[in-house]
Amino acid sequence: MKLTMNKKTKDNLITYGIVVVAFAVFQLLAVTGNLSSHMKGLLVPMTYYAVIAVALNLCVGILGELSIGHCGFMCIGAFTSAFFSKVTEESLPTAPRFILAFVIGIAFAALFGFLIGIPVLRLKGDYLAIVTLAFGEIIKNVINAFYIGVDSKGVHFSLKNAMELGMEPDGQLIVNGAMGITGTPHNSSFTVGIIVLLLALFVVQNLVNSRDGRAIMAVRDNYIAAEATGINVTRYKMMAFIISAAIAGAAGVLFSHNITTLTASSQYFGYNASIMILVYVVLGGIGNIRGSVIAACILYLLPELLRGFNTYRMLIYSIVLIVMMIYSWSPKVLEWRKRTLGNINFPWKKQRA
Amino acid sequence: MKKFSKVVSLAMASMMAVSMLAGCGAQGSGSNTFKIGAIGPLTGGAAAYGLAVCNAAELAVEEINAAGGINGYQIEYKKEDDELNAEKSVNAYNTLKDWGMQVLVGSTTSACSIAVSENTKADNMFQLTPSGSAEDCVKYDNAFRVCFSDPNQGIASAQYISDNNLATKVGIIYDSSDVYSSGIYQKFTEEAAGKNFEIVSAEAFTQDNNTDFSVQLQKAKDAGADLVFLPIYYKDASLILTQANTMGYAPTFFGVDGLDGILTVENFDVSLAEGVMLLTPFAADAKDDLTVNFVAKYQEKYGEIPNQFAADAYDAVYIIKKAMEAKNVTPDMSVSDICEALKGAMTEIEASGLTSAKMTWAANGEPNKEPKAVVIKNGAYVSAQ
Amino acid sequence: MSSFLTYLISGLSLGSIYAIIALGYTMVYGIAKMLNFAHGDFIMVGCYIIFTVSGALSGNSIVGILVAIVLCTLLGITTEFVAYRPLRGAASPLAVLITAIGVSYFLENLALLIFGADIKSFTSVIKWEGLTFAGGDLRIQGVTIVTIAISVIVLIVLQLFIKKTRQGQAMLAVAEDKGAAALMGINVNKTIMLTFAIGSALAAIAGALLCSAYPSLSPYTGAMPGIKAFVAAVLGGIGSIPGAMIGGLVLGIVEILSKTYISSQLSDAIVFGILVVVLLVKPTGILGKKIQEKV
Repeated sequence: MKLTMNKKTKDNLITYGIVVVAFAVFQLLAVTGNLSSHMKGLLVPMTYYAVIAVALNLCVGILGELSIGHCGFMCIGAFTSAFFSKVTEESLPTAPRFILAFVIGIAFAALFGFLIGIPVLRLKGDYLAIVTLAFGEIIKNVINAFYIGVDSKGVHFSLKNAMELGMEPDGQLIVNGAMGITGTPHNSSFTVGIIVLLLALFVVQNLVNSRDGRAIMAVRDNYIAAEATGINVTRYKMMAFIISAAIAGAAGVLFSHNITTLTASSQYFGYNASIMILVYVVLGGIGNIRGSVIAACILYLLPELLRGFNTYRMLIYSIVLIVMMIYSWSPKVLEWRKRTLGNINFPWKKQRA
Repeated sequence: MKKFSKVVSLAMASMMAVSMLAGCGAQGSGSNTFKIGAIGPLTGGAAAYGLAVCNAAELAVEEINAAGGINGYQIEYKKEDDELNAEKSVNAYNTLKDWGMQVLVGSTTSACSIAVSENTKADNMFQLTPSGSAEDCVKYDNAFRVCFSDPNQGIASAQYISDNNLATKVGIIYDSSDVYSSGIYQKFTEEAAGKNFEIVSAEAFTQDNNTDFSVQLQKAKDAGADLVFLPIYYKDASLILTQANTMGYAPTFFGVDGLDGILTVENFDVSLAEGVMLLTPFAADAKDDLTVNFVAKYQEKYGEIPNQFAADAYDAVYIIKKAMEAKNVTPDMSVSDICEALKGAMTEIEASGLTSAKMTWAANGEPNKEPKAVVIKNGAYVSAQ
Repeated sequence: MSSFLTYLISGLSLGSIYAIIALGYTMVYGIAKMLNFAHGDFIMVGCYIIFTVSGALSGNSIVGILVAIVLCTLLGITTEFVAYRPLRGAASPLAVLITAIGVSYFLENLALLIFGADIKSFTSVIKWEGLTFAGGDLRIQGVTIVTIAISVIVLIVLQLFIKKTRQGQAMLAVAEDKGAAALMGINVNKTIMLTFAIGSALAAIAGALLCSAYPSLSPYTGAMPGIKAFVAAVLGGIGSIPGAMIGGLVLGIVEILSKTYISSQLSDAIVFGILVVVLLVKPTGILGKKIQEKV
């Protein structure tokens, strides 16, 4: 028992170590001017995609429930925090405002995780997956129809159009339907992103190795048996789902404070985007937190590094995706790799065991 | 996983090294060519617009090079894909910056343009967006645009309908998930208050729900709208026209520049578009030499008839040429110096191109040109006046 | 009342299209137990083939449809063989789902390179105008009637095929338990390949009808109808063929009526909201079988 604990602790430390070393290397390259602008611009997106991949892995790998609407939580985090930052941009100094923005984004994402978790977690398998997809689309669609303005008389709100707000001429339109929120302060940086990623890793890895985490995995592996041993199935499912949503919300805060135009469009928050995150999780290894981080970075970089191929870029990307999937998941290929490349310990085998 | 990540990280590391080296290689300034970059969605649902912009800019660059370049210097040109994603648009911008771009033609779409303008402002790079029409696209002093702004189009449409007594009851069908469409819709509705027509229905659709328009059309019909305003792109409009025809509903359809391109949709029954009016700066079948030459060359090279996105981008490159010539800009100047020179030039020059005979710019980045109203007759644009 | 009927008929038109797509979807989904995200793109490929062949033969759409059915079937078989079969028996069922997404990207981008991004207007393969009632106030389009008729025929044929033929029974067995089916002497690979062949052929037919009803063709034409059909299949109950048909019709009618009477801006949210409500009341869809719990 003691030995395995040590091994897990070591494993966790390696994960933090990889992140910290990657951070140090990139910072060093950036400071010494050896990093191209293109790479520099990719660093922040890489961190928030890694964060949401960790969040989704908690839901898919540890809790064992397939969610294809996780970007919905990211959307909630992004919009609530951007709204807050925009309103308080003049009245609060940057550091406390940004921290408060995180608190707000995470809190709202967690709240929605709770509200959505109530119906979703009663379902199973593909039915559950389709309902998460549905909620992701609902969030996106509703935010697209949101109009919120602030003027001397207070906050105005409409679900139809900006004209209905009936604002004073001095009013400021903050959320403008499909045009979303523009001009959110650009506060996210690589350092902040790495801190959030480390915190997310800390939360998830500790959860996995805690009593609660073992209960969650027991529910995943066999919920009837778990229930029979006295585990409160609903409570643990809900707990994992809310934490997962909250971390996705944190990714959203980073996202909205990195680009100045925030729109609730399919490119960022639709089911396609959610599936993209799922790709990171599956390629990194289901239940393998470190794998998610690495896979998120690699797969986010891949289409960017393929820019040289111009119009063939996405075609090549899709082929690489298929080949990578077969290489890392096909039973026959795994067997062949075992024979030729020696006995390698695959984490997904370990996880499922 | 270990092996997998090892293999892949090795591959990544080498690719990254290559990309970084590429970045370094491009830094070598003092070259004697101009470097112009363009950004647009080259893949994904909006690829038609991005490809039009990037192709037409390429065509203009080739023409200028063949005619001796700008101030005697040749131009190098590069396009990058942003997938209609503001974040990817910034990545595309950074890639172009590493390549050594000095002037940006882009981005194609509004949200992407706004996001990129944040970076061009920080780098003080001159940005001329051919088709980013949202107000905020040109909020910085280094950003200018070729097309009309959304508010401008909404207001002009409302005025035109009112001035020409086109209708008493107006229905609107707009795309509530699109920045361009909802922007025009908002301004149009604001401007319509107090005009001699009444808005009787305003129905939305989204990009996830853009195949069936029967409800939107039926509502306009039931409300007795004799004119339907379509502040949308031609892709969706072609379906709306087809479905209105099936329903037997024939109001006047009135569109804005996004509707241009509808006549050139492959296999489209142009008789459905008979009588459609639109405010557009460009018509592919205009008979002036410039347009005829452009359309012929574009069609030969890319196999498609250019739309107004292409025309805007083509003009953008020539506008940059004109501005550079006005201030005698040379490629060995720094990005920031070029930007300052062009900023000054933009408010002084008067350019003529495909989209207007006389274009001038205010320092706020807005072009000064009047939209032309055209009506479709026998499958061709005819001036409405 | 008559306006309500008009909207109901619009809903039926849209629903019939969802239904025919969902029938193809549910074949693969119900039997091979895999979510083929590329199904919508098979539809798109079918449309392009019909468009190209009919164009080359100056509007002979029958030949176009036949060619599309043959080529889509081949495409389905090839995809299954190259991309999906190697992942059968993988440690997680998600692996093949991700590969399907890869296939979907591949087909979309290939079509983008070959046919360009601009839309093409599709000539309807159904020339019939349809039926009019109530002195011309109500009209059911020809394509709607044809689509519903084809859906019903496909439904009956599929049901007969599955219930009455050996291959059909083999499919059911494979759907139930691949391992046990193999022990009973069923060639699992061959059976799943047959399922894909049928599903892809149906995709070609669905494509012809989709583009006849909504004649706009681009590399992304199939994506959204594909996902809606998936929703319809789940709504009807996974693996239930009549369920897919009912799910499609319900989805189409709900979509149109919510647009009409509630809000056109929020119709996506309402449609998905209704899906959530239905699944909460009936957790396995309208006609779905109850999942047996095993310890």
